[in-house]
Amino acid sequence: MIGLVHFLTVAAIIFAIGLYGVLSKRTIVGILMSIELMLNAVNINLIAFSRFITPEVLTGQIFAIFTITVAAAEVAVGMAMIFRVYYDRNTVHAARLDEMRW
Amino acid sequence: MNEMIYTVAFYIFAAITVAAAFGVVTKSNLVHSALLLALCFIGVSGLYVLLQADFLAAVQILIYNGAIAIVFVLGTMLTRRSQRHGTNDTEVNIPSRVVTLVSGLFVVVTLGVIATTPWHYSSSVIVEDTPSLLAQLILTDYMVVMEAGAVLLLAAMIGAIVLAKGVEE
Repeated sequence: MIGLVHFLTVAAIIFAIGLYGVLSKRTIVGILMSIELMLNAVNINLIAFSRFITPEVLTGQIFAIFTITVAAAEVAVGMAMIFRVYYDRNTVHAARLDEMRW
Repeated sequence: MNEMIYTVAFYIFAAITVAAAFGVVTKSNLVHSALLLALCFIGVSGLYVLLQADFLAAVQILIYNGAIAIVFVLGTMLTRRSQRHGTNDTEVNIPSRVVTLVSGLFVVVTLGVIATTPWHYSSSVIVEDTPSLLAQLILTDYMVVMEAGAVLLLAAMIGAIVLAKGVEE
């Protein structure tokens, strides 16, 4: 019997993979992809809770819709910033963007 | 029999999702990462179908695979230099063992919490017709949040255009 625990386990593993990517990737695009993975893990959690704990009000699904909206906005702005950085500096490596380093 | 099909489908979708997510962070070619990200989103939408969130499964495929993954592939191709390999390397200055340890520790702690928490499953009936109920909720209880989301999307799109195009001075 597949229950809530199984879905939460999958979401935790995906979130940890995204965490690893955010901490270890060199390019901004890779970091942005890892953030998307983490957002998807959160969405799985929200919908699983909505399905097993409160199936009659669908609050988790509503919140998942808003998460997807914010993720779409974040990707649009993030890719625009990446284009801008690439245009100005000719690189997308996060370690080379050290203008604000103190 | 139905139960068994559900179990098998869950494990297939979970394996696809986790394997694709793992490939996203381990592949050294950024285009492969972007395509694996699209596969991972498809696996997640399969999980949504198993959770009886069919509307969100459709939204996941339409928005994540139709828009976000495509944007990633485009952005990857526009910001890539001549070499084909090593476009998505891991950082050399950070010891990757530490990062792996942190991520592994996160999984262990989370799984421990999940396993020890007593979950109270609800016994109320599951909504079959989700789109109509979702539409009703969004246009009544969550109206303000929906409007805020719409304004956020509009502002983000205008901001993205201005950022990518540049302002003429």
